[in-house]
Amino acid sequence: MSNPTGWKPSVGASPSAAAGAAGAGEPPGLGGAAPGLAHEEPLLFEHGSRGRCGVSLPAPVGPAPAAEIPAALLRGPIDGLPELSELEVVRHFTRLSTWNHGIDTGLYPLGSCTMKYNPRSSEAFARLPGFAGLHPLAPATHVQGALELMYRLERALSEIAGMSATSLSPAAGAHGELTGLMVIRAWHQSRGNPRRKVLIPDTAHGTNPASAALNGYTCVELASGPDGRLHPETVAAAMDEDVAAIMVTNPNTLGIFESHIAEIAAIVHGRGGLVYGDGANMNALLGVARPGDLGFDVIQYNLHKTFATPHGGGGPGAGPVAVTGALAPFLPLPMVVEDGPGFRLVTDPAERPGSVGKIHGFWGNFGMFVRAWAYLRELGPEGLRATAELAVLNAAYVRAGLSGAYHLPYPTDSLHEVVFDDQAQKAAGITTMDVAKRLIDHGFHPPTIYFPLVVHGALMIEPTETESKEALDAFIGAMRAIADEARTDPDRLRAAPLRAFRSRLDETRAARRPVLRWTPGMQAG
Amino acid sequence: MNVPEDLAYTREHEWARRKGSRVVVGITDFAQDQLGDVVYVELPAVGDEVKRGESFGVVESTKAVSELFAPVSGTVVEVNDPLVEAPEAVNEDPYEEGWMIVIEPSEPRQLEDLLTSAAYAGLLAEQD
Repeated sequence: MSNPTGWKPSVGASPSAAAGAAGAGEPPGLGGAAPGLAHEEPLLFEHGSRGRCGVSLPAPVGPAPAAEIPAALLRGPIDGLPELSELEVVRHFTRLSTWNHGIDTGLYPLGSCTMKYNPRSSEAFARLPGFAGLHPLAPATHVQGALELMYRLERALSEIAGMSATSLSPAAGAHGELTGLMVIRAWHQSRGNPRRKVLIPDTAHGTNPASAALNGYTCVELASGPDGRLHPETVAAAMDEDVAAIMVTNPNTLGIFESHIAEIAAIVHGRGGLVYGDGANMNALLGVARPGDLGFDVIQYNLHKTFATPHGGGGPGAGPVAVTGALAPFLPLPMVVEDGPGFRLVTDPAERPGSVGKIHGFWGNFGMFVRAWAYLRELGPEGLRATAELAVLNAAYVRAGLSGAYHLPYPTDSLHEVVFDDQAQKAAGITTMDVAKRLIDHGFHPPTIYFPLVVHGALMIEPTETESKEALDAFIGAMRAIADEARTDPDRLRAAPLRAFRSRLDETRAARRPVLRWTPGMQAG
Repeated sequence: MNVPEDLAYTREHEWARRKGSRVVVGITDFAQDQLGDVVYVELPAVGDEVKRGESFGVVESTKAVSELFAPVSGTVVEVNDPLVEAPEAVNEDPYEEGWMIVIEPSEPRQLEDLLTSAAYAGLLAEQD
């Protein structure tokens, strides 16, 4: 008999947990968060032992590389580098990873970021040896499959955007913005005057003015109306022959569709300007509306948001730029074109004299193209449309579920995301930051907070289409429980997160006095 | 919220104080309260030109990055450099230690277009 006493482990709240960290005695959070065994983990520098090594390499034979390098360029030995075994390194990073929250752990409703789940199939295709092992300098005749994939992806992205041509080169959304504005500038320049100004609504992503400024443009901010929309008369008042372009995100960062976009585009076009679309929120429009049909001249995609390539972690990403026929000659190189029965890369500026040139090494981040193409083919046209519809439905469901508990600063109908604020919690002295921190205790990643800037104390929620109704119900339940707690136990909220491996961090001190460099003997705290 | 009577104000929550022919500029108590802990201040250099209503710098808190708008046009003649190392002065003492720049105005009459303390206090009451 293996268990003669009949003892069973308790799966409920453990009474002994009361002796542990604050919050450990609570029932599991509505996202399933419960106390677990986490490891403190020192820095790599504080691990290991002198002379320890992860791998055994044979002694070098032949001429010493150092003998080939001028002495002035050689560096002396560095003392104090970490010396660890392979297992110590593996445990170090595995333990750190358990402190993290990702989409594979739980709901991640970070507004404007579209943290959807990436299907494993896209990963599998990107790892096929024929793609993963490809050399970017291989001759075109050896890489026809890869070129065909890029060609078909370029055609598909152009079709989805309602545009004429797409550059796959940009490495991320903001890089796409930069590229799109370079194309706009080149188009104006070809007509004799690059112009000086770019119009940007006050709900824009911060990267918009940055991209305009990097291209030498002065930014003019446009106020959105009380309904959260940009109004044609605001644009008309600011528009003149010195404005190169307007940058519009549609739906905007309040999740609201800019329903005056056609009229706004006509006003800008009427004075010789162009309309740039920030495609950060394309997830709301996929297969339903095409930016090209709405009057946009340029739009960048964020493949990591809309087409489920990896997100966060600093890349690599991809931010393809789709443009109208008039702007296509100015797109960066390389471009893939059909060539007889096959495909070839256009790399020679002599063939595209209007091109703004090269903006990324080799072909761009090719692995992302494979993932995006796999995702596109897996879903098909109907699936893409369903993606947008479900993304909007899920956001609307959360919006309805939280009404009454949180204040909605813009009651206008929203699409794939919804922005609340902390007005209803203000009387209890509870802020958006407290709500966000308490969500961690439930096992959910907090939404985007304090953005967009037009809403004080913004809570910007984007559940995406990949969450189930049960997951949304659990999230709504947690948000409502927090709203109740703001009235009944505000101090507990202000102390949150109670269950996290680290409780509330001193963000002010981290920003004012950041410690960016380890030195021997330094102490935490 | 502290709104000193002897200062003039912008709708964007900057204050302006006459100092001889010059104008000292900072952000209001309300502004610092809304921003939360200020962690970084980016100011112009002495000799830079500023224009009324246009950005002359940036203030960053743990919540957000906000632009600073000049209450009057003119030349920057003094900058509160210690703020770069000690931005907390903006929170702790927005009207004295937390001042940002001194402007030699090119059009001193622009000062008269600014809000009085009563008008600014009224604006805050509307926002609340």
